[in-house]
Amino acid sequence: MASTKQKRVIIEPVTRVEGHGKVSILLDEKNTVTQARLHIVEFRGFERFVQGRPFWEVPVLVQRLCGICPVSHHLAAAKAMDWIVGGEKLTPTAEKMRRLMHYGQTFQSHALHFFHLASPDLLFGFDADVAIRNVIGVAAKYPDLAVQGVMMRKYGQEIIKATAGKKIHGTGAIPGGINKNLSIAERDVFLKDIDQMLTWCRGALKVAVDYTTANLATAAPFGSFDSNHLSIVRKDGSMDLYDGNLRAIDAQGKKILDQVAPQDYYKVIAEEVRPWSYMKFPFIKSIGPKDGWYRVGPLARINTCDFIDTPEAEAARKEFMKLTDGKPNNITMAYHWARMIELLHSGEKIRDLLNDKDLQGTDLVTKGDRRDEGIAIVEAPRGTLFHHYRVNKDDQVVMANLIVSTTSNNEPMNRAVQKVAQDHISGKPEITEGLLNHIEVAIRAYDPCLSCATHALGRMPLEVILVDSTGTVIDRKRK
Amino acid sequence: MSETITFTIDGKEVSAQPGQTIMQAADAAGIYIPRLCAFEGLVPHGSCRVCTVMVNGRAQAACTQPVADGIVVENDTEKLLAIRRDIIEMLFVEGNHYCMFCEKSGNCELQALAYRFGIAAPKYPYLFPKREIDATHPDIFIDRNRCVLCGRCVRASRDVDGKGVFEFVGRGPQKRVAVNAEANLADTDLKTSDKAVEVCPVGAILRKRVGYAVPVGRRRYDHKPIGSDIEQAASKK
Ligand code: FES
Repeated sequence: MASTKQKRVIIEPVTRVEGHGKVSILLDEKNTVTQARLHIVEFRGFERFVQGRPFWEVPVLVQRLCGICPVSHHLAAAKAMDWIVGGEKLTPTAEKMRRLMHYGQTFQSHALHFFHLASPDLLFGFDADVAIRNVIGVAAKYPDLAVQGVMMRKYGQEIIKATAGKKIHGTGAIPGGINKNLSIAERDVFLKDIDQMLTWCRGALKVAVDYTTANLATAAPFGSFDSNHLSIVRKDGSMDLYDGNLRAIDAQGKKILDQVAPQDYYKVIAEEVRPWSYMKFPFIKSIGPKDGWYRVGPLARINTCDFIDTPEAEAARKEFMKLTDGKPNNITMAYHWARMIELLHSGEKIRDLLNDKDLQGTDLVTKGDRRDEGIAIVEAPRGTLFHHYRVNKDDQVVMANLIVSTTSNNEPMNRAVQKVAQDHISGKPEITEGLLNHIEVAIRAYDPCLSCATHALGRMPLEVILVDSTGTVIDRKRK
Repeated sequence: MSETITFTIDGKEVSAQPGQTIMQAADAAGIYIPRLCAFEGLVPHGSCRVCTVMVNGRAQAACTQPVADGIVVENDTEKLLAIRRDIIEMLFVEGNHYCMFCEKSGNCELQALAYRFGIAAPKYPYLFPKREIDATHPDIFIDRNRCVLCGRCVRASRDVDGKGVFEFVGRGPQKRVAVNAEANLADTDLKTSDKAVEVCPVGAILRKRVGYAVPVGRRRYDHKPIGSDIEQAASKK
């Protein structure tokens, strides 16, 4: 099908995105984009590796999937295993400790993403010199902001340590509960700094709001498109990052599905395999693979929920919804704003939990009738995370299926790449670094954890390869 | 009968009773000699060689070697440290020891030895053997990936529990702990209260569904290195 004069531009690896990603842009002779794809090398070995392992090991083992949101996997697996041991109705102490862990995780992840990965683009603009458009540049020009980013991340990590035992790959959540409570001494350390954290959350939110409103003309169409949105919500429609039932809406806000229990996820969601990608493409069954794809993550969650149950984040949500007259927001760059609303929400939740005496309770574990299947969903920082296991009578895992947020955002990221490529590259005779970086900016909005593998932060070498349709490399640029 | 024997460990004078091993005498004197297969109350096995000391210049296993008047024992030397480190590293690469998600982490003697000896990553190549899990027993499971063939379970079952549930089979790299039954662990009369279940130094024989019930920070070796109990008991005396 492709004309013999087509060229393929490959951007590899995508800088400031965790994991491995490669973007290929297929051009014709006139430099018009004919196709753009984000190739994701995803780690799928886990589902095999876990087979035969005792089920209680999985919440700890599965964290190895991801270096930046291990807690989400830890909790999703633990919630699934709650069903195996019949302990899905946790004690108040267990549920609140897990929630504290989860909000600590969201807090540190959102802070990391915003301050270290996204803020250079927002503060300096996409076209700014890459020599300053990085976290070092932010530190030089906005030293306060850079320090806040570090301190907020640390705060979230310390919460993880106090609840899970370790900053990464802890053991806190166990089937049917938690293995520790929060001591008064631990609590007081966090209470001392929570007001400062909330102040910084408000500041970060303001940066995102100011950026989006000041640059609406360029930000609104940037990599944007109508889409469905999916997340879990609480029974009363409130945002709930730790637990709830599935809800999906279309681009106009019409409900496609609502209050579907996590245990029924497979009745409403299916996964499609495409020959060019290792990653699957999930879709809503009732709509079908072509149009049933959806977005997950902060933007989707703000769109799907009816309200947020903490006052400051709720006020921020209302402000956010005004931008689109109460309709779902389909602006890709609005992910950053939505993410900062959630940062504030997590801060408020942490504060409320710290003031809750249940965290000092001693009733930590429950159990009931043993089951052989466990399914659970959490809202990870990057979006909805599904864990599904089957266990034999000897307590060994015989089946595992995971849908990670980056998989759900697979199609949306491809759309975003194609949209940006078309808008910014088509027809231009030269492919500049600034233009190529527009694509990265669009991907970065989704905060993907591409291979669920962590790279050292900082700038990664960027390689641009031009390949014609016969597969011959006709140009190679490296920075 | 009880004439006292005196000898030295690293130049320090130690007294002992006839019939004691060097390890027993050292323990009483508050000197820690690292060990893995040795376990109080079980007959010494002398198989892991982690307890290797120099006795009058010759390498011996402290857990099996009896004391003798006037012997010169070296324990805490650079050379022995290097030998023990090598042995521990070899034990690591010979099995599949994934400390980061193993439920025995923090309570594991092999891991604790590695920490005590400052082993971050073994210098030998991992062998990644293919080993089986036996989870057929309702309350106990064996993960042979983590077995170090110390034989504690074999001795405990035979000598303490009086059952003989475990026995070694095979030789060399094929050697493994087998169960005394037609097929699997479920077919034995092993009970969770058996000594054999309690003595495993690593995460090879475990009670089911205990997992990570003890949080990080409250596990056996979270704050004190292995052997410090022996060293401290003496300093209190
Ligand atoms: S402890 Fe002496 S040989 Fe194992």
